[in-house]
Amino acid sequence: MCTVLGMSIGHTLLGLLESGPRHGYDLKRAFDEKFGHDRPLHYGQVYSTMSRLLKNGLVEVDGIEAGGGPDRKRYAITEAGVTDVHQWLATPEKPEPYLQSVLYTKVVLALLTHRDAADILDTQRSEHLRMMRILTDRKRHGDLADQLICDHALFHLEADLRWLELTAARLDKLAQAVTR
Amino acid sequence: MTPPSGSLLAAEELRKAYGPTMALDGAHFSIHPGEVVAVMGPSGSGKSTLLHCLAGIVPPDSGSITYNGAELATMSDAQRSALRRSEFGFVFQFGQLVPELTCVENVALPLRLNGTSRKEAERAALGWMQRLEVDDLSKKRPGEVSGGQGQRVAVARALVTGPRVLFADEPTGALDSLNGERVMELLTEAARSTNAAVVLVTHEARVAAYSDREIVVRDGKSRDMERAV
Repeated sequence: MCTVLGMSIGHTLLGLLESGPRHGYDLKRAFDEKFGHDRPLHYGQVYSTMSRLLKNGLVEVDGIEAGGGPDRKRYAITEAGVTDVHQWLATPEKPEPYLQSVLYTKVVLALLTHRDAADILDTQRSEHLRMMRILTDRKRHGDLADQLICDHALFHLEADLRWLELTAARLDKLAQAVTR
Repeated sequence: MTPPSGSLLAAEELRKAYGPTMALDGAHFSIHPGEVVAVMGPSGSGKSTLLHCLAGIVPPDSGSITYNGAELATMSDAQRSALRRSEFGFVFQFGQLVPELTCVENVALPLRLNGTSRKEAERAALGWMQRLEVDDLSKKRPGEVSGGQGQRVAVARALVTGPRVLFADEPTGALDSLNGERVMELLTEAARSTNAAVVLVTHEARVAAYSDREIVVRDGKSRDMERAV
């Protein structure tokens, strides 16, 4: 799926469709409002993504307004689409720098679709710790250069984990903010 | 939820309230010999209460804790005390060493309390101090050593009786990164060499990275991340 800064646009649009069918322009507006911030989606990205999702059976056309043209289609998520979103949300991301944008998206989508956002954070913490264990072990058996390289990665992972903890502590507030 | 077979120490459905505050609300735990398990979670989540219940220091309001198949609740106070003295070891964040005693006397103290002769206790204590790389401090008093050195002395004291379970509550909380790291390396190496299980309470991910797996406690409920996946 197409990604912006590690964020999967396809999965995000699918997640936004879970609350009910939407037109392409409506999806773009919802995406920009929740996740776009300083990087709004182009209409072209929305329609190319939707046609790919349609081809893969993850969405279906729920209705077409008079006038025709791609921007008149109303899309609905299919059962396969719901399963796809669920799998994406449940799969931890590979720990890497600047992960917060995709994690933030997952947490917000989980809250919007009434899934367990704390579960996503716990699963991600576990994945981060798994990586930290590997680095810690490498450090114990490595030379000073290994130790310094591993330390750099460990401090970055630790920063991510602090963000995960802080977000976990603020889930109630975030839920109120995003569902308002 | 049934604890995995072969657990050395296991807890099920633990509940503990302090007044209106539920410190533990159905927590589970299990650990095998030789395993290092990190208990993680934010401040006030119930981590330390879980450790105190597991160690028999604080009785839970309800739930079951078994050590080596025996229920802690059915033991007498004397039996639980004996268990803590001979089978369990403890390392805390602060104030563990007796300031009037030398470091070697501090390490030898648990053996002395169990009736071991002074000579034999201090010989064993020096052996552990060597493993923790603090044997050169044997004649110094705790006030004369650094925080990191003092914590290594405390680890040596916790291991001197050959405990089967070592409880470590934020053992590096008062140390800088480098000293904290060395304490964790030595602590986990020493525990693994004796096949002791380590219950490691920490909110620091870098410390938890020395564990084999983690249990997350939040609002008094626990989640075993290995068994959850």
